[in-house]
Amino acid sequence: MPDGSNTAGLILDDREDGIFRVHRSVFVDREIFERERARIFDRSWLFAGHVSEFPNPGDFVTRSVGGRPLILAHGDDAKIRVLMNTCRHRGNLVCREQKGTVEFFRCFYHGWIYGTRGELKGVPGEEAYSEAFDRDALGLEPAPRMHNHRGCIFVSFDSEIESFESYMGDALAVFDNTLDLGDMEFVHGQFKYSMRANWKLLVENSMDGYHALYTHERFFSHWMQSEGLTRQPVTAPPSAVSNTPRGTVPLGNGHVTTYYPCTDGRPAVNRGYLEKHAGDDLQKFRSGLVDRYGPEKARMVEGGAGNYLIFPNLMVIDGWWVFRTFYPSSPDYMEINGWACLPKTDPPALRKARLEWYLAFQGPGGFATPDDVEGLEGCQMGFATHKEVEWSDISRGMKGNLAGGPGELQMRVFWREWYARMTTGKHAEYTGD
Amino acid sequence: MTSTITREQVEDFLYAEADLLDSWRLDEWVGLFDQERGGYYMPTTDHPDGDPNVDLFLIADDMPKLRSRVEQLLSGLTWAENPRSRTRHMVSNVRILGRDGDVLSVTANFVVFRMRFQNIDPYIGTYHYKLSPRDDGAFTILERRVVLDLEALRPHGKVSFIV
Repeated sequence: MPDGSNTAGLILDDREDGIFRVHRSVFVDREIFERERARIFDRSWLFAGHVSEFPNPGDFVTRSVGGRPLILAHGDDAKIRVLMNTCRHRGNLVCREQKGTVEFFRCFYHGWIYGTRGELKGVPGEEAYSEAFDRDALGLEPAPRMHNHRGCIFVSFDSEIESFESYMGDALAVFDNTLDLGDMEFVHGQFKYSMRANWKLLVENSMDGYHALYTHERFFSHWMQSEGLTRQPVTAPPSAVSNTPRGTVPLGNGHVTTYYPCTDGRPAVNRGYLEKHAGDDLQKFRSGLVDRYGPEKARMVEGGAGNYLIFPNLMVIDGWWVFRTFYPSSPDYMEINGWACLPKTDPPALRKARLEWYLAFQGPGGFATPDDVEGLEGCQMGFATHKEVEWSDISRGMKGNLAGGPGELQMRVFWREWYARMTTGKHAEYTGD
Repeated sequence: MTSTITREQVEDFLYAEADLLDSWRLDEWVGLFDQERGGYYMPTTDHPDGDPNVDLFLIADDMPKLRSRVEQLLSGLTWAENPRSRTRHMVSNVRILGRDGDVLSVTANFVVFRMRFQNIDPYIGTYHYKLSPRDDGAFTILERRVVLDLEALRPHGKVSFIV
């Protein structure tokens, strides 16, 4: 039986016969978990936040990303920085508020003071130090790598990591498609929740079309019905965009989308709800997109790219404008952050309708997310049998079989990258079937 | 009309409401709301003063949504509450903060325990009610805003029942 000391053999990937299995020890084994932290989370670009959360000089947000306490700081020089939230003296958290505006950061332990650019400005009793003490070298340590892509802040703790653009591969165009919706901001109010489940289960679940009708039956049969909304058939996207009519597109390096950008990739009910509650605004918004981008691109931008993963732990759910990250603190527990990313310029009725649509499905109080939490926590409980029941099956839709409804290629894409990172430390050469 | 209402009357009402919730008599519970104007709100843990028109909330139910929520909870299709959680609502520190025409502003502290699959998760915070007195001595709920003191829904993970 495979175990954490030998990652090889944890995935059974038989493209020829159309079988894909994942060994369930990957959800419970502590050595595998430690290796994931070192080989995946420490060596990826990780989403950290959005500049709209700290828009003005002096503004900051603190947040744990990749297990590190960070300060996302808007410096008094108007530059955005990501600083490690630990005093260079003896380690205390320098900033202990979640969010705010400051002139400087002061560590209360011994009174060291840092400017909003991270520079060390004041050390009480500095004359006690030798001449070798170099105050200029003792500013708050920046994250090894930081990249600001159109307001979206990514960090990496691997100073040698490839460029953000290279890492993103084909996912960058999909990500840009989301950001093209408008002058985007993170709405005030953040979901901070958790699951008593392995983090990889949420990767799978966040882009799983198969579970929707069963796990979320109440959303479709009760809420949508009470709103007078029906599911609409999905039609083909503009052919110029993609020759994949409908389905999963690997985007390289483990990134994957369940639909390539196309208007009809988005859950069709979305427009039904917005049209019902903010029809005039939506019409204006739509013609604004057409003016800006032309009809074809406008259609893609409004439609969005379905649910997509930026490997390893940023899920964007375009139909609801969800940005979601998660990080495991143990094999059977993860902390989850969720945001709504919406156009700043939405008129009030449209903003309200978008939020209502979001809340109806998404989040710990929504009509769908709690059932996902329930399901994944149930899987984790089931994995206590992993020594007897060793494998999970993720073969749906292999060999190009799309007859029986949604497949699981998107999960195989993730797992193939995961496996490559865990074994060779490199990207998977090819993540498709 | 609100000037003669005592805190004790309000407490009796809130205790009866808590009992409806803990015994899952949600049809009766939703009947306590003004069926046109009522609302049930829960801001996110990081933005307790938020406005549901512009900010992200955990719950922002107008009456159609709230009636649907209850229907869903009772349907058996809400897997997060099937089997149902055991809950216990503890309500205290009840205060009438304002009397404006026929609307009372009431706050109360709460601890709600949810027991499920061997976990005990406490939900802690403050209720903010807008209540309208009825002739029979009870009240109609115009607004029920649940503000959590929790810094995050961790390890709770969800608010699938009525807090």
